[in-house]
Amino acid sequence: MLWGYLMRDTISTLLRVRLVYLARLREAFASAGETLELSGDDAPTVETVVDALRRRGDPWACELAPGRAVRFAVNHRLARASQAVSDGDEVAIFPPVTGG
Amino acid sequence: MTVRVQTEDFDVGAEIARLRADDKSVGAIAAFIGTVRDINDNATVSGLTLEHYPGMTEAALEAIVDEAKRRFDIRDALVVHRVGDLGPGDQIVLVVVTSAHRGMAFDACAFAMDILKTRAPFWKKERLPDGERWVEARASDDEAAQRW
Repeated sequence: MLWGYLMRDTISTLLRVRLVYLARLREAFASAGETLELSGDDAPTVETVVDALRRRGDPWACELAPGRAVRFAVNHRLARASQAVSDGDEVAIFPPVTGG
Repeated sequence: MTVRVQTEDFDVGAEIARLRADDKSVGAIAAFIGTVRDINDNATVSGLTLEHYPGMTEAALEAIVDEAKRRFDIRDALVVHRVGDLGPGDQIVLVVVTSAHRGMAFDACAFAMDILKTRAPFWKKERLPDGERWVEARASDDEAAQRW
């Protein structure tokens, strides 16, 4: 019983998301995407993911700084930074679109 | 097919004929074609590369066509958008709308293009004499989308 409680205290929420970088941001990050693992946050959002990237320093800190024009999508749907993310989600990060 | 993303060029006449098929209730067909210009923001453009987000781009275009069909009394609609390397004068995008009357056809076509410009995941990179440059989104496009 006590061992079970100890296990629960040491295992925090593990989140694994597939990140996709597009257009100018793919070039800035020199990467088309990666798998990111996060732990600790009970209600992870897109902002949680972005914060983790910012903590790496530049270029992420610069390109994803608050106020920069960046857009997000979760599982192929446009999303705000406040959108919740779940384990296994695909989170895309890209500049404002310029099609048409 | 309601939407297509492709590298190949499209034949406007053939696409219109295929969309209207033999629907005799159609009294109006509105079409918009976007093409590559050779000048943008005071720079000579020798070509551009269009990037998209496979999976999301098609879904976004489908959603735009679905919304056009919900908001406007139209018979059918089609969006074809090219990706890859294009040169000045090349066709980029086609929007065709069929309806009974011209008012709805014009409005739905303009709506689809205005929303596509701000919500469809495509990005343009221009080739200039001294290098390459990513096109920046325009405030005027956001304003155009907001009028709907």
